[in-house]
Amino acid sequence: MTTRRIVRSAVLLAAVSPWLLAAGIHAAGGESQGALVHVADTRHLTGINLYFANLYNVARLLFTVVSVGLTGMLGLGLGMVMDVVVGLIGLDLNKREARE
Amino acid sequence: MWDWFIVTLPISGVAINGLLLVLLGVAVGVLGGFFGMGGAWMVTPALNIFGFPMPFAVGTDLCHMAGKSIISTRRHAKFGNVDMKLGLTMLAFDVVGIECGARLVMLLERLGLAGPVIRWVYVILLFLIAWLVFYDYFKERAIRRRTAAGLAPATGAVQWHVTLHKIKLRPIMRFPVAQVECSLWLPAAVGFVVGLLAGFLGIGGGLLMMPALVYLIGVPTFVAVGTDLFTVMLSGFYGAATYSMKGRVEILAVLLMLMGAAPGAQIGTIATKYIRGYGIRLIFAITVVCAMVSVILKQLGFNDAAAWTVMAAVSAITAVVVGGMVRGAARELAARREERA
Repeated sequence: MTTRRIVRSAVLLAAVSPWLLAAGIHAAGGESQGALVHVADTRHLTGINLYFANLYNVARLLFTVVSVGLTGMLGLGLGMVMDVVVGLIGLDLNKREARE
Repeated sequence: MWDWFIVTLPISGVAINGLLLVLLGVAVGVLGGFFGMGGAWMVTPALNIFGFPMPFAVGTDLCHMAGKSIISTRRHAKFGNVDMKLGLTMLAFDVVGIECGARLVMLLERLGLAGPVIRWVYVILLFLIAWLVFYDYFKERAIRRRTAAGLAPATGAVQWHVTLHKIKLRPIMRFPVAQVECSLWLPAAVGFVVGLLAGFLGIGGGLLMMPALVYLIGVPTFVAVGTDLFTVMLSGFYGAATYSMKGRVEILAVLLMLMGAAPGAQIGTIATKYIRGYGIRLIFAITVVCAMVSVILKQLGFNDAAAWTVMAAVSAITAVVVGGMVRGAARELAARREERA
């Protein structure tokens, strides 16, 4: 049963992924950015800013992985921290009455 | 004093007050968690006002939207508000619609009509959505009043989904979280039409998806918000990746906005616990009206006024939602104290 569920999920994901791709392309604005090349000016940067700017200029794929990964991890991490903070206030975050 | 918060963003080289970005993150987090939308219509003009070039504004917004949606979707999932099966089903057809909408735009562009036609269609659509939600809200209030007074209830509020559920075209699917059983072709058609409009108008679609889920599929408001956020999260991540590859994401701005969006998204999501579904719909309708006014101003050439309208609306609606959350939380905590005493 579990195997069947995993296979079904994999098939579903495979079917949906091209559409997700198209959605992303649309989300990207739909318009071509043309051949405009942007280079980050690293002359006055230090620390983490310099790291991001260098990554951006030298390894765009790695910059993408770092951007998306950082965004996901920070979203997840901050969400968990906020769960704890709101929990400390004493609010019940696991149930609510559905009232239309 | 404010100079202390000025940061120079490493990619675009824009110097900006970091505190403004955090505050923008808070506001968009609150509204996104409350309505279940990405909020591109709010963030992009705001970033543009702050001095971001437009492509950077769009890319940064999409990247931050992905992170923010994780926070809200997690919280909504814990409340039992996310129907993943329904979300994935609609998303699959939504993107086909988006593609068709985008092609329609290309056709209009070739005819030299794209800008004004798209904006006026957007205005008409926003007007119809606002009218529908206001009509439904006041109708429902009339029903409650008549019921409370012991009179025969007035004719029912908007129940289009009841008629649509009578279409028994196979396969019939059950969406357990949304507690909806209908033909697969209903969410498919709704997803396609929402996608078509979103693709045509060049927006994320949350603004259209939420009322479509409520009025056409019959999903409870809370589940509509959670499911909508789930789809926003998936498309947001792909948008973040593709814009990063194109080099139009200002990652430091994303991180600063996320710092604000984390508490904001929690506040917005928790506010749905204390505000009735119809209350959410009413505030949503007011938000749609503000978006409509902003588009009209843009069409008339008042670009600054349009952007400031968005900023003012976002601030005011955020204050209302935060106020609702604080009042509800205070009531809950007081009730707990009474229970213990």
